[in-house]
Amino acid sequence: MNAVDNLFKQLRAERRRAFIPFLTAGDPDIRATVELIRSVADAGADLIEIGFPFSDPIADGPVIQASYTRALNQGLKVQQVFDAISEAVKTPGFKPPVVGMVSYSLIHRRGPKEFLDAAKLAGLSGLIVPDLVADEADAFADLCRAADMKLILLVTPTTSPERAKHIVSLCSGFVYCVSVVGITGERDKLPEQLTTQLAQLRKMTDLPLCVGFGVSRPDHVVHLKEIADGVIVGSALVKKMEQGGIPAVAQLVRELIAPLKV
Amino acid sequence: MPTLSPPAKPAVVPDLRGRFGPYGGRFVPETLMFALEELTQAYAEASQDPAFQAEFRRILNEYVGRPSRLYFAERLTKEAGGARIYLKREDLNHTGAHKINNAIGQGLLTKRMKKKRVIAETGAGQHGVASATAAALFDLPCRVYMGSEDIRRQELNVFKMRAMGTEVFPVESGSKTLRDAVNEAMREWMASVETTHYIIGSAIGPHPFPMMVRDFQAVIGQETKEQSVEQFGRLPDVVVACVGGGSNAAGMFYPFVNDTGVELVGVEAGGRTNVYGEHAATISNGKPGVLHGSFSYVLQDDDGQTAPVHSISAGLDYPGVGPEHSYWKDNGRVRYTSINDAEAMEGFRVSSRLEGILPALETAHAVVETMRIAAKRPKTDVVVLCFSGRGDKDCAEVARLEAGLPASH
Repeated sequence: MNAVDNLFKQLRAERRRAFIPFLTAGDPDIRATVELIRSVADAGADLIEIGFPFSDPIADGPVIQASYTRALNQGLKVQQVFDAISEAVKTPGFKPPVVGMVSYSLIHRRGPKEFLDAAKLAGLSGLIVPDLVADEADAFADLCRAADMKLILLVTPTTSPERAKHIVSLCSGFVYCVSVVGITGERDKLPEQLTTQLAQLRKMTDLPLCVGFGVSRPDHVVHLKEIADGVIVGSALVKKMEQGGIPAVAQLVRELIAPLKV
Repeated sequence: MPTLSPPAKPAVVPDLRGRFGPYGGRFVPETLMFALEELTQAYAEASQDPAFQAEFRRILNEYVGRPSRLYFAERLTKEAGGARIYLKREDLNHTGAHKINNAIGQGLLTKRMKKKRVIAETGAGQHGVASATAAALFDLPCRVYMGSEDIRRQELNVFKMRAMGTEVFPVESGSKTLRDAVNEAMREWMASVETTHYIIGSAIGPHPFPMMVRDFQAVIGQETKEQSVEQFGRLPDVVVACVGGGSNAAGMFYPFVNDTGVELVGVEAGGRTNVYGEHAATISNGKPGVLHGSFSYVLQDDDGQTAPVHSISAGLDYPGVGPEHSYWKDNGRVRYTSINDAEAMEGFRVSSRLEGILPALETAHAVVETMRIAAKRPKTDVVVLCFSGRGDKDCAEVARLEAGLPASH
């Protein structure tokens, strides 16, 4: 059984929610990424999402984009990201499944099949491909299924119910629910229609629903705990990494996770 | 001898998914799908609505000054010493380039969709100026995303946009040029999609943009066909256009696609050399990949990261190309070649001195290829050059280069 499915099965049995940190690979350098993955796992992350830096990330806000630019300016290669993940997940006692956030440009250049082989070898359990919409995803979804690699697709506030049905039919592992219209980044408040949106999705699928985009503070987590199966935090952690390094990120993960542990 | 094809057949490409053969499609975040579906629907209706088409034609005629002239360039012809060279004078349009055709079309569509605001990206500023112009005409607030490097280099166009009431928004990310301006405009659109239309400037991006921009620019090729028959009684033997994203070329070539006796030639920017990073000849040197929402030829490294590009001409300085050009490349309907920086400078000089027409540096690339083709053909043949824009915007840059200063980009 895929590690992502295992995780959510276990969390459901324990009536817990997943905490999912997003980390940019190679920022500030790829050695730090190995340490960072280990640290957030120690701090209690249930699942870890690793961003593969891309030169033209149109779905990402300024914080993540700048982290991608920093990583690429040092000449980071895709293979180094796989190698770092591989090293981190082999750490004795390492538990959380790791999924990659990868632009389809990178997947296409290596070849979808070859990319999945490398991802599998590195120990990845799933992929989020932010620029591969369901309409274009049939062939890649088949390859992912054959490779037992979860393909996590996004549903947004502008997604129609018809589209949402199609998306969840191709999606596996969990559904990435985008909380806001727009790009990644921190926000003061999460929109109210999120509750309605998640309730509608529940009627369409049994897959876990995890919420990301704009989640940055413990009070957001407290709110989401009631309606979602998991909480994804990205920009706030990437910014912390830039400001205070690994200890600061681990500290923020502990603070954000606390409301989920009670 | 080439003859007129029957009236335009229904477009076989793109298909309903926006595919030109394998190219095109929609590689965008899910958030944008709502807007792209809405736009596809609105454009499908508008393109079948005689009232919309009549209004588009009326504005092109009364405001833009169409039809643009097809002009026999006698001195360029003499210099090349072969086939007769005609210029399709898109430089004579209001705002000085072909970009206005598309900006007017999308501006009208914005009104039809009842969106309240427009955004656009620009490199050299020609599309930014065209969008600012359409925004003023249609009374829409407008923001143009422009790389901070380009803002510095294109003072005049920045001034023009601001004078027309447009906000010029500096883009500080990445290479601070056109590619980053496209990224930033798409990002903004994701957050403002419910109220805002994104006037994309070239035949690039996710479906339906490549098809829609081509259709709005197709007036260039349609007029050229009619004027050819009027002026020399048949279709030209060769049609030449420069290709960055490829909107003037798509608009010029599309109406000729079924006229298989007409050779079509696209000219890319060869830059300094054909070494990675030193040119912008996407079709000549690139591979199929994904950039800015569609699958097409692209300049990338072996990981799929977008390559740095260079051209003397800011409008051709782009690492991608419209998906229909990739389709025409593969099916052989269009021949693509490249002209380098130094050759383009010579094209600028020769057109200026012999015809008294200063070409945009983009156009100057096509001037050179046109003269080469003409030189190899008999005097009875006709080569038409899509003279996509005028050179005022590039005068400062040409002066710098002629003074031996380094290129500003």
